[in-house]
Amino acid sequence: MRQTIVRNVAELPTYGYGPRSGPWWGAMGFMALEGMGFAIAIGAYLYLYAVNPNWPIGAAPPDLWPGTAETIIYLLSIIPNEMINRVAHRQDLARVRIGLIVMSLIGIALLVLRGFEFAHLNTRWDNSAYGSIVWLILGLHTTHLATDVGDTVVLAVLMFTRHAKPRRFSDVTDNVFYWNFVVLAWLPLYVLLDWVPRL
Amino acid sequence: MSIVAEQRELRDDALNGLQLSTRLENLWRTPSGFFGALASVDHKVVGRRYIVTAFVFLLLGGVLAVLMRVQLAGPEKTFLSADKYDQIFTMHGSTMMFLFAVPVMEAFAVYLVPLMVGTRNIAFPRLNAFSYWMFLFGGCFLWISFMLNVGPDVGWFAYVPLSSLQYTPTKRPDVWAQMITFTEVAALAVSVEIVVTVFKLRAPGMTLDRIPLFVWAMLVTSFLVMFAMPSIMVASTSLILDRLVNTRFYDSSSGGHPLLWQHLFWFFGHPEVYIIFIPGTGMVSMILATFARRPVIGYPVVILSLIATGFLSFGLWVHHMFVTGLPQLGAGLFTASSMLIAVPSGLQIFCWLATLWDGRPVYRTPLLFVLGFIVIFVIGGLSGVMVASVPIDTQVHDTYFVVAHFHYVLIGGAVFPLIGAVYYWFPKIAGRMLSERLGRWHFWLAFVGFNVAFFPMHILGLIGMPRRVYTYTADMDWAHLNLLSSAGAAIFAISFALLLVNAIHSLRSGALAGDNPWDASTLEWATTSPPPPQNFDRIPIVKHRDPLWFDNESLPVVAGLSVERREVLMTSLAEAEPQVREASPEPSIWPLLTAIATTVFFIGSIFTPWAVLWGTPPMAVTLIGWFWPSGSKEDEE
Repeated sequence: MRQTIVRNVAELPTYGYGPRSGPWWGAMGFMALEGMGFAIAIGAYLYLYAVNPNWPIGAAPPDLWPGTAETIIYLLSIIPNEMINRVAHRQDLARVRIGLIVMSLIGIALLVLRGFEFAHLNTRWDNSAYGSIVWLILGLHTTHLATDVGDTVVLAVLMFTRHAKPRRFSDVTDNVFYWNFVVLAWLPLYVLLDWVPRL
Repeated sequence: MSIVAEQRELRDDALNGLQLSTRLENLWRTPSGFFGALASVDHKVVGRRYIVTAFVFLLLGGVLAVLMRVQLAGPEKTFLSADKYDQIFTMHGSTMMFLFAVPVMEAFAVYLVPLMVGTRNIAFPRLNAFSYWMFLFGGCFLWISFMLNVGPDVGWFAYVPLSSLQYTPTKRPDVWAQMITFTEVAALAVSVEIVVTVFKLRAPGMTLDRIPLFVWAMLVTSFLVMFAMPSIMVASTSLILDRLVNTRFYDSSSGGHPLLWQHLFWFFGHPEVYIIFIPGTGMVSMILATFARRPVIGYPVVILSLIATGFLSFGLWVHHMFVTGLPQLGAGLFTASSMLIAVPSGLQIFCWLATLWDGRPVYRTPLLFVLGFIVIFVIGGLSGVMVASVPIDTQVHDTYFVVAHFHYVLIGGAVFPLIGAVYYWFPKIAGRMLSERLGRWHFWLAFVGFNVAFFPMHILGLIGMPRRVYTYTADMDWAHLNLLSSAGAAIFAISFALLLVNAIHSLRSGALAGDNPWDASTLEWATTSPPPPQNFDRIPIVKHRDPLWFDNESLPVVAGLSVERREVLMTSLAEAEPQVREASPEPSIWPLLTAIATTVFFIGSIFTPWAVLWGTPPMAVTLIGWFWPSGSKEDEE
């Protein structure tokens, strides 16, 4: 079939930020399906809550301090996270490097704290359906957290190599975006796990 | 630094004709050799593998169906034992639902959607390759288990407590649950790829109201997968945890609840029907427009119907649970929503009939399968409205009436359009035409065989034959209808053998197809058959819903993309305005290695929870290898 060139796109940039970037949309897709996974797990929790006259079953509610401390750190982490977003848009490599190290350390600290949270759930996974569902939900979010921390660490290392090209800053902003989702996903889970058993 | 490099790089506007084609083919081709083939990230290569693998599973699932029909052809037959029959119906259902029906639709999308939207590759090509390997390994895992006599035997729905450790202490349900996880990973990955491809990689000018209907159907399907599959993920993970580490999700003695399984399973399972059916409707729209020689009447109505069907499909799951003693109010609500979904399906059918009525139909094999689809699906839809009603469902629940109904819906709604699609797009994929004569034989044998096989099951169900029984006694008076059904199944099976013969014959000596043998209107026909590695030498510009009918003299295209590195053109969400020339990943072996590591992780965790610990590092290493940009032309500069 004959072709007629009617437009030239040579001047377009070779990478974009946010909705102009493919990986951003990929992150959106995975956030949608992971968010749905959390929603279903929450639904399962509430179903078991509804069919059992006593909740939590044969256990005290989780100790509040680990989950609460985590929540505070999560919320505070948005500040350095958003700062990375700004310096990444400015393509300020030095500050991006510092920011990624800070976020990696915050992520590792949260993983350590998550260990305490499991220890203070006051139930085992095999005690009852209550124990099973809280371990499942916390496990799901921990997997979510661990993968994002892994991603942040690898990205941090990458930015110290020759691969720290301008378009890599777009990856950094996508990572910022995804971390905000990790924080957002945690908030309803915190209420569910730590406060609903106290109702 | 990179900006300077970009200014120096060679663009396609500096080359013409053969020079450009050769250069782009070298840039986008799959590397040669065995390891090159394993590293391929070309959506066409992956799509072809996906399609062939899914059809192999169709063949295997079909053989199992024939074995069941042999066993049921007469009363008190001993061809299969009860245990073997349990395994076979479980494997048949699991294979057809998880390894054929969903993957084959996604496989067609993987192949066709990038061509239809006018781009050079799918979004996230490495994820696409990974998805295929996961599907392949999950399917092989299930079938090897079956061959080793550890295949599942608790039904494709694996209801608890039947599938709990107490009642099935073997590894069979674990195999089933892990296979589910494999297919979930594959399906979820493809759905994200399709959504992003449709949203961001459409050719300039392909606004939302110019997207081909198959692409719309796959977009809706992808969202259904994204929102339905997590439910079965939570369900199957909980099941395997109950069995392996003694959690209590479904154990009623410890606060768990068996009905939780059914809610989670069917919250996925009913949208699953539409995940299979909606792509079929997209195929129907494409075939119908081409062979009716006019655009589908009511394009916006069809799209709204697709979206409405997608939404409503999440509100139907309880109609699978009417006999579990749910509250009346819930039953009423789910009856209403189950009946309501017939409305958008009906609207689409009226649009198609109007298109045929107003067109100049050419009755070639693809259109015959579409006509067969309309007849069979309408019958399946009507029996669907029947079982949506609590009183009727209570009577026919777990009888062959339900078996008849869902085969009418699934085979009528999905397999007939799919086979039509095979005849329609085979020339594009293979470059050769399938035999029309064999195709017509195939259609008539399939249509007659299908109805002879499945229509009697309605009557068998109404006169009380339960499903999932491996035999029956002569005094039940079910023998004649069962014999008829088995004869129909044999004819239906023979019809598929004809397709196989046709495909092999055509690949060897079929007539050459040319670029657009059907005079179709959408962009996949604007390139060669089969398409070159780069799909299009220049990205087309779309000015009309049917670009090849509208711009039939000369196709408007864009220039300015790199010919030194793989680039795709990203466009805006609604208007498809060019925004970015984004790099598309190079071939890589890492998706395969990641899939192998993930397979070891999943299979290991059937036998020991410690696999979660020792299985994670290899996955992490392979993922880092995948993520690391080494080997990318842009990063090597």
